[in-house]
Amino acid sequence: MSETTDTTATTATTGTAIAQAALALGDDALVLSHRLGEWAGNAPVLEEEVALANIALDLLGQARVLLSLVGDEDELAYLREERDFRNIQLVEQPNGDFAHTIARQLYFSTYQRLLYGQLATGDGPLSGLAAKAVKEVAYHQDHAEHWTLRLGDGTTESHTRMQRACDALWRYTGELFQPVEGLDVDHDALQTAWLDSITSVLEQATLTVPSGPRTGAWRAGAGRQGLHTEPFGRMLAEMQHLHRSHPGATW
Amino acid sequence: MTSDGWPLWEVFVRSRRGLSHTHAGSLHAPDAEMALRNARDLYTRRSEGVSIWVVPSTEITASSPDEKDPFFEPAADKPYRHPTFYDIPEGVKHL
Repeated sequence: MSETTDTTATTATTGTAIAQAALALGDDALVLSHRLGEWAGNAPVLEEEVALANIALDLLGQARVLLSLVGDEDELAYLREERDFRNIQLVEQPNGDFAHTIARQLYFSTYQRLLYGQLATGDGPLSGLAAKAVKEVAYHQDHAEHWTLRLGDGTTESHTRMQRACDALWRYTGELFQPVEGLDVDHDALQTAWLDSITSVLEQATLTVPSGPRTGAWRAGAGRQGLHTEPFGRMLAEMQHLHRSHPGATW
Repeated sequence: MTSDGWPLWEVFVRSRRGLSHTHAGSLHAPDAEMALRNARDLYTRRSEGVSIWVVPSTEITASSPDEKDPFFEPAADKPYRHPTFYDIPEGVKHL
């Protein structure tokens, strides 16, 4: 938050800062929702198909509310270029195998639950939404934790794959704790709680907590600044194709 | 899509204002906990305040259709076994 003594400037900054925060969180939810949607018809079992679709629908609901605070939800989703998206790089990572999808969900849902938990106790403009979303997110986290335990403490093959997935996505977790303008949360407390939670789950799952880079030039909030990884452009092309072919159409 | 090693579970759900659990359907799951989670997704749409029971299908013993006569018939052909057979005396309230 910028420290300014001019009250009018502060009010104006806060207004746009809220929009910035809503955009960042809305993009996170939108992009991960789209990734989960890609599992439809491809999940390991029918029941998991339903669970992943359920989580995707929850996230899409969150995205709609958040993006509507900023402007027209459809225009924001379908007419922005890659550089204008503010989601963290973690959520745009391709699904990979089932373990990768679960690791990505574990990292993100744990973060979301702590973040919304903090926002819900505050009295900011996002507190109402956060209070509603935190229930959904608690279920997402629970689901991801269960699968992490199952795969990590399953067969040799599933253990290997789960460890590989946790290691591969670790580098993207540093970005979760970059301060976001307009978000009135204690990022240090968030990070501590997140690490505790993840460490406990991974240890229970007989997995090793990854070590290695969680920060760095390309991973320190790059997504929040509109810098994304290569697969994201292809994802957007697919997501936005129809709307760009028929601009202004209603559906 | 295989459910190898994923046994069948029967799901009973009591709705928020319901008095008893009603059989809602069945699903495959590796264990009871996962069965509960899947049941919640499939049969309750996460309405709050509902209760779910999951039971391995193998734990349920059903009456056999072949035994229908000896099993269920006696009650039907003896009207005095039904409460409607008896007249309620005058003056009895709240029965």
